[in-house]
Amino acid sequence: MIENPILSVVNLSLWYGKSRALQDINMQIPEKKITAFIGPSGCGKSTLLRCFNRMNDLVDGVRTEGTILFEGASIHDPNLDVNALRSRIGMVFQKSNPFPKSIYENVAFGSRIQGINRKHDLDPIVERSLSGAALWDEVKDRLHESALGLSGGQQQRLCIARAIAVEPEVILLDEPCSALDPIATAKVEELMLDLKSRYTLVVVTHNMQQATRVSDYTAFLYLGAMVEYGETQKLFINPAKKQTEDYITGRFG
Amino acid sequence: MLDQKRLSNRFGRAMTWLTGGTLALNLLLVAGLLALLIWNGAGAFWPRPIVVLTLADGTKAMGEVRDREAIPQVDPRAAPTMRLKLKVGNRDSGGAEFRWIDEPRIVSREYPGNAVVIERMEWGNLYGFVVGAGSEGAVTVQTAGGARQDVPLAAVVRTVRPNALGAWGKLGVYASRVREFLLDEPRESNTEGGIFPAIFGTVMMVFLMSFAVLPLGVLAALYLREYARQGPLVRAVRIAVNNLAGVPSIVFGVFGLGFFVYFVGGSIDRLFFADALPTPTFGTGGILWAALTLALLTVPVVIVATEEGLAAVPRGVREGSLALGATKIETIVRVVLPAAAPGILTGMILAMARAAGEVAPLMIVGMVKLAPALPVDGTRPFVHLERKFMHLGFHIYDVGFQSPNVEATKPIVFATALLLIAVVTVVNLAAIMLRNRLRRKYVTSAL
Repeated sequence: MIENPILSVVNLSLWYGKSRALQDINMQIPEKKITAFIGPSGCGKSTLLRCFNRMNDLVDGVRTEGTILFEGASIHDPNLDVNALRSRIGMVFQKSNPFPKSIYENVAFGSRIQGINRKHDLDPIVERSLSGAALWDEVKDRLHESALGLSGGQQQRLCIARAIAVEPEVILLDEPCSALDPIATAKVEELMLDLKSRYTLVVVTHNMQQATRVSDYTAFLYLGAMVEYGETQKLFINPAKKQTEDYITGRFG
Repeated sequence: MLDQKRLSNRFGRAMTWLTGGTLALNLLLVAGLLALLIWNGAGAFWPRPIVVLTLADGTKAMGEVRDREAIPQVDPRAAPTMRLKLKVGNRDSGGAEFRWIDEPRIVSREYPGNAVVIERMEWGNLYGFVVGAGSEGAVTVQTAGGARQDVPLAAVVRTVRPNALGAWGKLGVYASRVREFLLDEPRESNTEGGIFPAIFGTVMMVFLMSFAVLPLGVLAALYLREYARQGPLVRAVRIAVNNLAGVPSIVFGVFGLGFFVYFVGGSIDRLFFADALPTPTFGTGGILWAALTLALLTVPVVIVATEEGLAAVPRGVREGSLALGATKIETIVRVVLPAAAPGILTGMILAMARAAGEVAPLMIVGMVKLAPALPVDGTRPFVHLERKFMHLGFHIYDVGFQSPNVEATKPIVFATALLLIAVVTVVNLAAIMLRNRLRRKYVTSAL
């Protein structure tokens, strides 16, 4: 059904201590498309997203079964360098989290981690990333001021610039617009559509309009299980499952 | 119901006055302390007029009036008679440096313009009149009693005719005396001269302490907050660290003597300075051991402040760094520590303030009344961490309470106390400015 899957989730289950947060998830994420996860709060969509770059490893008491294949190789392979994985699968968080550093240093951070430290190497990366995140024109005159002086929407786009600076293949976005006003949201959505040509995007959203506006594929999760997954048009216009229909028509959730 | 409300309002007003009044009282006490120190300390160097008193029995007394008080009487209702405390100096001929003179015995007071006070290298001040050149390189001085004596010029620190000086002249003498106090070595078993070695020792000891306590405290706090699994054991360690801050400082001194001086220092001596034994090199009190002892004393402060600084770094910022492919150690070094730096510096400020004022533990790990040489000088290897040192806090105690001439040194005690406060203030201000710079650089996150 999905062509060119870049990520394949295979029988993935996850437990926080004793409670099971994900139940036997199977899905494939297409390359260079936007895939949206929707569902009511606590359905496991953020948890699933954080499995892709193994951010759940940082939480105490998490146990997983099954695996995720990234370009055909398991991300749970014990020989795999998880830091290298995270530099290939970037992430943007619900709350914008710029580092308490200058705008320039925020964007250069990932490159510096990879050992790129010379100014004449970093300058083009910073400009390209900020331009890619549609932020360059707004900040080019104050690159060396604190990133914390930016507005909420600018901070979130800075986080996207920071993520694309390391040239990942996949960008995970965890409710990237939930703390933004409508205008900033529109800018981020526009940016996501723009980024689709070069990156695979996976976005968790509470906002079903947003899912219809930006995504090519949509997955509906409920109580840790994948209820329905398919092309966005089809899922919203003609859902196969009663639960999906109830959720998207606002009957619950 | 209404009564209760009114009562509650009245109680609220009373509390406002009580809390505000308590704060005002505290401020008043601090202001009073500072005013006392500044008045007595800064005024100690101002040239006072020399008075020549002619007494009823025909004798003369000459010196500076230092005090005036009522003579204690049997009948409390009788009119009070006053007496003067006169600093007469001339210790070498008269013995006592001060004389009490009852005012009724004074026939006349004069302030002759040619009266001179000669500050000498030995024997303190000489009050009298210069009457001519004496033998080779000396001046002849006639005292109030009429006796003449020769003072070799080499023994003269400063000659002042305070009665003949105008305001500017007095200011010049004042500046010269302050300069001597700040930059010269002490004389006459610390009762005269300057206190430079004590200033130097205090500042150097505090900086050595900072170099030791910063890595010790920050690394320990990093482990506690970032690496250790949070649980009962970590909680117990945290409580123990906090309690360590409450241990009396002399206990740290005893530990420092036993561990640093005898064990570590003794081992160093046996290994590297065996030739010099039985004379100890590091196996005796010194500025290094004093600094390390104080580092142990202040490390809880740094640990607590660092932990709070680390805890204040938002989780999202750490995750952001990890999600970019940074390892845990890269995240800590590049993101978490810079963000926590203002908190760490706050801890350092508290630690330095505490260390600068601490005296008791130092008395047994290397602080001395009079150090023969500074811990830094021109002979190789230039920095001598094994040397003993002088300290402002101990200097106050020594000069004020252990000196052979407590009365004469009272102004120096005040001046030294003032200076100790000034040194602590300067060190703190420097650290606070550094912290504020860092804060501006890493604007505290509004997230």
